[in-house]
Amino acid sequence: MASHAIVETTHEENYLQYKGRHGGLWSWIFSTDHKRIGILYMIGMFAFFVVAITLGLLMRLEQLTMGPTIMQPSTYNKVFTLHGVIMIFLFIVPGITATFGNFFLPIQIGAKDVAFPRLNLFSWWLYVIGAVTALVAVFTGMADTGWTFYVPYSVRTGTNVTLAVLAAFILGFSSILTGLNFVTTVHRMRAPGMGWFRMPLFVWGLYATAWIQVLATPVVGITLLLIILERTLGIGIFDPALGGDPILYQHLFWIYSHPAVYLMVLPGMGVVSEIIPTFARRNIFGYKAIAYSSVGIALVGTLVWGHHMYTSGQSYTAAVVFSFLTFLVAIPTAIKVFNWVATLYKGSIRVELPLLYAMAFIFHFSIGGFTGLMNAAISVDVHIHDTYFVVGHFHYTMFGGTVFAMFGALYYWLPKMFGRMYGQKIGITAFVLQVIGFNMLYFTMMVMGYMGMPRRYYDHLPQFHDGHIIATVGSWFLVAGLFLMIGNLVWSVFKGAKAEDNPWGGTTLEWQIPSPPPLENFDKIPQVERGPYEHTPVEVSK
Amino acid sequence: MFSGSSTFVSEVDQAFLFILIISVIFFLGITFAMIYFVVRYHHKKNQTVSQSSGNLTLELLWTVIPTILVLGMFYYGFIGYRHMKTIPPDALEIQALGRMWSWLYTYENGYQTDTLTVPLGKPVKIRVESADVLHSFYIPAFRIKQDAVPGMKNYVWFEATETGIFDIFCAEYCGDRHSYMLSLVKVIPQEEYATWYDGTAQFAPAAGPAGDAERKPGSRGPMLVKIKGCVACHSIDGAPLVGPTFKGVFGHQVTVITDGQEREILADEEYLRRSILEPQADRVKGFENIPMPLQNLTEDELAEIIAYIKELQ
Repeated sequence: MASHAIVETTHEENYLQYKGRHGGLWSWIFSTDHKRIGILYMIGMFAFFVVAITLGLLMRLEQLTMGPTIMQPSTYNKVFTLHGVIMIFLFIVPGITATFGNFFLPIQIGAKDVAFPRLNLFSWWLYVIGAVTALVAVFTGMADTGWTFYVPYSVRTGTNVTLAVLAAFILGFSSILTGLNFVTTVHRMRAPGMGWFRMPLFVWGLYATAWIQVLATPVVGITLLLIILERTLGIGIFDPALGGDPILYQHLFWIYSHPAVYLMVLPGMGVVSEIIPTFARRNIFGYKAIAYSSVGIALVGTLVWGHHMYTSGQSYTAAVVFSFLTFLVAIPTAIKVFNWVATLYKGSIRVELPLLYAMAFIFHFSIGGFTGLMNAAISVDVHIHDTYFVVGHFHYTMFGGTVFAMFGALYYWLPKMFGRMYGQKIGITAFVLQVIGFNMLYFTMMVMGYMGMPRRYYDHLPQFHDGHIIATVGSWFLVAGLFLMIGNLVWSVFKGAKAEDNPWGGTTLEWQIPSPPPLENFDKIPQVERGPYEHTPVEVSK
Repeated sequence: MFSGSSTFVSEVDQAFLFILIISVIFFLGITFAMIYFVVRYHHKKNQTVSQSSGNLTLELLWTVIPTILVLGMFYYGFIGYRHMKTIPPDALEIQALGRMWSWLYTYENGYQTDTLTVPLGKPVKIRVESADVLHSFYIPAFRIKQDAVPGMKNYVWFEATETGIFDIFCAEYCGDRHSYMLSLVKVIPQEEYATWYDGTAQFAPAAGPAGDAERKPGSRGPMLVKIKGCVACHSIDGAPLVGPTFKGVFGHQVTVITDGQEREILADEEYLRRSILEPQADRVKGFENIPMPLQNLTEDELAEIIAYIKELQ
């Protein structure tokens, strides 16, 4: 067979060694290989992540004392704006999807690449262009509006809202195209024998995410169009000075930005669903329940945005309906957590860093979820809205949840991606520092929030001072843990011990190929004959 | 954390505690089960693995029970909110105007102040409005919050259950001095309030331009610079805030930027007047070009403020 011969010749070469038409940097930034694109995203995102962590640390230092500590209010306001914009739009929205999704989705379903490899490269370029636009928007306007760009403040301060939304639009397009690519890939490129219910749950998470990306992101485009109409033709849409309605802006902003939090977290839930059965050496408990609940979260999650606006002046009825729908999202989320815990029951558990991160995900995400219930209850939210309670809550879900899942994914898949193992001792030290620091910082924030500490405050009153000190000290542990981890991972990529092809005894397809994977993933497209997490007795004892 | 001074407090805190208790029970259950399983089924202790792929009864159980519980939570939150949105018809109405970066309260008789005074045990309805950008009227001790939206009249009400002085915050980000957009609400017994309210009538604009002859010019200044919001950006003690301080300006040379050109001028009465009415005309060097909100000053009020600034040496 002719094609067989071609596969044989590339067998020795992995995707990192492959020399294509271009060499050096070009061989990366013009590569259509889904694995290289995944790594490109990772490099960009983590560079931004380090910047945003630093900004977060500066904010905490400012809160260490009452009155000015290290900066003036106008600087502080720019710092939290930049922290939010980078973390949300440049780090966590592309997040797990663009990095591990790109790298592992095709491999996990037994494909050689995504359905549209060139479109995939184009998505990455759009990410770069969007990131540059966002930074230009933030720096030219010296934006101090918060990442939400609420009108009319954003109009009055001369923040370049048009450019900021244009950046969100370009980044959104990157996201839409990735979503489109993944939906097509999942529908059309599964290996023979891989029915829908033999797909790994990470793929289910990505699939549900991809639909949100395709359906919710276009709202950013609509918002941009309306802003341009308002600015160029003077039609009053959002700006009250022109007869517009600032609350309409909030609606449009959250119609996209709330589903966006689900598109951040669903792939993280997918990662946890991979890690737990692997380290428990057993089949996942409630496969279909976990798969369907991803789709359920994606569906209901698009209809809950108004819970950001209970106090905005939106109608009474709207608030009640949005509260009701928000509570419904809790149910599929709870189902997932119960099934993950049940998967540990009667397993044969190996405790490694990826499992520790998955457990930290469950721990933090449960707190994030339960405090989400408090936010969903309207009367309670009236009190805690726009306070540190909300800041703490969403860091529990997004950071303690999604980002801890991403760290778990880094440790879980590092041996596969680079053929190297991570340094375990430093990894565990970093993990402990992160968990201690994280909880000191964000749990304290929630307590201060219930006491009434408003968010985005440069200064604080004496009754909040102790809380701020605890939170700031927590941030030192957290940041130390983060930098230790990043340093350890970078070191491991280049200098780590050689990894086996399947160090964890994983059962999904990526563990059946060499590490690092060959250029086209599989010599021969595999025939799938069992569910993703069915362990044979031999695999259990490995 | 759970102390408060309005009729909403018990409802809000009970809903919060209801959710908190259920959450803590589930959270402890989840965490302990997770840790116990990891220890109990560690591969050194357990090699016989259950490959069970699920259990329909369990799935139904942990779908139905959370559903019932969250519906209960929804109901709790909803009744509290309904109470907050049902304004008693006899409520006393006070306007709270948010502007960068202070609150101005206007009573029904026209009296204006920067500190809210309300009677104990009587419903008070606040008409929350904004002069510029979004703000949010937040009294943590009363568990109430309402955004101030330009062009909209939003209402929030409360009934205080305790006398005392409580913090008012701006909870919606509004710029440089957002965290200093603080104010206080003072709750006093009803009889005391009645006397106090009668006494405010003489300060209200309805009482005519405060022009009784024996009053010294500038004596209304301290009150005016507060209620007109000046002191949110211009201090009276020499500290530079967003704008230049009022202290020691009069009679001194200042460096200003006029039409992009730097120049030195004497801060005389004429200069103060122009700076209040056309703030952008001569901008003091070293301060950012932040638009000053419109003050709608009467001629008399303008004269009072200028007289007051002259005294601040």
